[in-house]
Amino acid sequence: MTCASVLHFTERGIFCPAGEFYIDPWRPVDRALITHAHADHARWGHRHYLATHGTVPVMRHRLGDITAEAISYGEKRKIGDATVSFHPAGHVPGSAQIRVEVGGEVWVVSGDYKLGPDGLCEEFAPVRCHSFISECTFGLPVFRWQPQPLVAQQILDWWQANADEGRFSLLGAYSLGKAQRLLHMLRDGPGPILTHGAVENVNEVLRAQGLPLPDTIRVTPDLDVKGHKGALVIAPPSAFGSSWARRFGQASTGFASGWMQLRGVRRRRAMDRGFVVSDHADWPELHRAITETGAENIYVTHGYTDIFARHLNEAGFNAQVVPTEFGTDEDEAEDAA
Amino acid sequence: MKRFAALFTQLDQTTKTLRKTKILRAYFESAPDSDKLWAAALFSGRRPKRAVNTTRLREWAAEQADIPLWLFEDTYAIVGDLAETIALVLPPPNRADDHSLTDMIARLRSLSALDESERKPVILDLWDGLDQTERMVFNKLLTGGFRIGVSQKLMTRALAQAVGRDEAEIAHRLMGDWTPDSTTWHALIEAEDASADLSRPYPFALAYQLDDPPDSLGSLDDWQAEWKWDGIRGQLILREGQHFTWSRGEELMTDRFPELARATDFLPPGTVLDGEIVAWDGTAPLPFNDLQKRIGRKTVPKKLLKEAPVILLAYDLLEHQGQDMRDQPLAQRRATLDALLAALPEDAPVRASPLIHANSWDDLAAIRAKARDHRSEGLMLKHRESPYFVGRKKGDWWKWKLDPLTIDAVMIYAQAGHGRRANLFTDFTFAVRDGNALVPFTKAYSGLTDAEFRQITQWVRKNTTERFGPVRQVTPHHVFEIAFEGIQRSPRHKSGVALRFPRMARWRQDLSISDADTLDHLHDLLDRYG
Ligand SMILES: [Zn+2]
Ligand SMILES: [Zn+2]
Repeated sequence: MTCASVLHFTERGIFCPAGEFYIDPWRPVDRALITHAHADHARWGHRHYLATHGTVPVMRHRLGDITAEAISYGEKRKIGDATVSFHPAGHVPGSAQIRVEVGGEVWVVSGDYKLGPDGLCEEFAPVRCHSFISECTFGLPVFRWQPQPLVAQQILDWWQANADEGRFSLLGAYSLGKAQRLLHMLRDGPGPILTHGAVENVNEVLRAQGLPLPDTIRVTPDLDVKGHKGALVIAPPSAFGSSWARRFGQASTGFASGWMQLRGVRRRRAMDRGFVVSDHADWPELHRAITETGAENIYVTHGYTDIFARHLNEAGFNAQVVPTEFGTDEDEAEDAA
Repeated sequence: MKRFAALFTQLDQTTKTLRKTKILRAYFESAPDSDKLWAAALFSGRRPKRAVNTTRLREWAAEQADIPLWLFEDTYAIVGDLAETIALVLPPPNRADDHSLTDMIARLRSLSALDESERKPVILDLWDGLDQTERMVFNKLLTGGFRIGVSQKLMTRALAQAVGRDEAEIAHRLMGDWTPDSTTWHALIEAEDASADLSRPYPFALAYQLDDPPDSLGSLDDWQAEWKWDGIRGQLILREGQHFTWSRGEELMTDRFPELARATDFLPPGTVLDGEIVAWDGTAPLPFNDLQKRIGRKTVPKKLLKEAPVILLAYDLLEHQGQDMRDQPLAQRRATLDALLAALPEDAPVRASPLIHANSWDDLAAIRAKARDHRSEGLMLKHRESPYFVGRKKGDWWKWKLDPLTIDAVMIYAQAGHGRRANLFTDFTFAVRDGNALVPFTKAYSGLTDAEFRQITQWVRKNTTERFGPVRQVTPHHVFEIAFEGIQRSPRHKSGVALRFPRMARWRQDLSISDADTLDHLHDLLDRYG
């Protein structure tokens, strides 16, 4: 059995010939297994989708009328000659790694992931395999995240200082995943939390599934903003600088992303504050996750793949770069994650 | 170090000038005098000398971080800032030291007395007592690359507010070749005789770019027009028989331009001139290229003195008979200047930069169109009533430059930027057509919006045909309008030309590569403007 027999890298995406399905394909296919609902992984136009119970409702909200089936974490499903199962990836609520077994050979596609609990999404679970397809968005030794409570405190201090001056705190975050994680981190803050419609729509979908999110106030055209001076406002960064943001007057602006670790990127964003909050694994986490799979063959996608693969090869892995079209939207987009 | 690192963090956390001023002012009101003096020195570009070879620093940091050196180097190439890269890869500290800024600088300066092998344990030990931001600031001091988003003007304003003095006075006091070793806070900022320093220059007045049509400035009678020279802005100080030459960057360049010493033969002491230093062929400036040969050299070989002698084309008089002239209207300063220079012989190293007379804005525009024939970049327009102000003041002085030269070129290589643009492709190589071949002729880095850089980055990722280390060859497809200020013959380049200040003026999505300009066209431009 050759290594490439379980999964192939094709023009449409990662393909399993034994089960005739694709994982996170970027061109329309008959059967797609989806790791999570971010736009670069869950694309429009497939005939049939399979994803976790947490992912399917968000996908429906974003992609509209699709044929989708939901699966539980750990549940084994036979597709053709392949056996597949979904395992928590800790990236955003509902996100999964996908395990594919064919004739005793096991491959795992990580999707996007981070280690450690964030208090909201299902915690990453290492899955033993022979070959591991791993993201490495932040695969450089300068990316090391601080513990979540420390970062939460930095954001709370900023919010408090702005509230003391009667100013709004406008915090940029992507609407699926990052926004909800921040809501959870900042639930005991010094005032109410307002949300942009794009964020609140996702909140509603997740609340309907029983995710414990704190109360929020949706910003609508007729909301009396002045009555909430000193509030925190969570919005996608695209809303900044638009007429939407103008209602908050001289607000202090912040942005939450792993890229905020780099001073240069922070300054390019031209926001008052950059907070290092990422839903991707940092440098030590990538190494830990890869080691814990026990895999010999590592395929890397997203980010500084050349550098990361070379480093893995020197560390004794058999690592290769796989060209994908991930990382072109939302959370990993250039300067976003 | 904690107070200074906190200052750095606070300044970094706001983009608003008012807030930055407030933060700096608070620092100048509370820090010890010796730290304030060092802060003023650092913010005005007076950095301590590099104490350690950066190659060693990289090795030590990689070793501490337990990563191979190539990985450190690749990471540094992406982060773009050595001090920051080191601070981010080092393992967390074991102690939390707090030395003053002055003490920290004293420690790093004492390193130069040690052998290289003795320096390593000292630095590792210092790193081990600093947090991430403190390490970055310390590394910046260590590598002599201390730069931060604070202009000298902003620092001057904050300092003036903190000590309750006039901003212009503080600006003047901060000029010159002082260092924290040569003076004290009291002598520099507070003492009454501080301006006695012979060599001290005046802060330069700067002009804004004129974007509106010139007739928006009102009557031409109110304005004085001069050529805008492509040289080095300089201030020539003649006091008590000595002379000093300062660049706009506040660098003392007296020794680089020995020709100007003869000015003391012709002009009385107590004279300060503002003008442009240009290489001179006896009747007109030589191309900037010739002057460039002079800039890099602290001492000038005889041959070069002959090939590219410099003169000062003076356009303003800041001090006359020892009196500060800056409050007088320009017309009056200019009249005095002309009288002063009228009697100078042909071979004097100072000449008046000629005034340009025209009857109407249209006439003036026609003269400006011929600026390149005079080796000039366009015109300067200065209000006749304007005082010589400190820094930039909107409405008094304008640069009315010629439109740049342009050429439509094909993008063929791309490279990721660093620092602010670490995760975008921003550095491109452009080619012109030569038959079926594409001949690279210039690189360009700037001119696009962030949104455009993001868009082109996506495209580069999908259209890479080959990789050479960090450089990617891409499918020839996109045409950009490249704007530049000058063109010169260059045997070092395959195309035979070198451009001055090339940048991307526009992304010509409307053009295909068959519309791009040719090598012949590029050589035409060289013949006409080179
Ligand atoms: Zn994702
Ligand atoms: Zn992704």
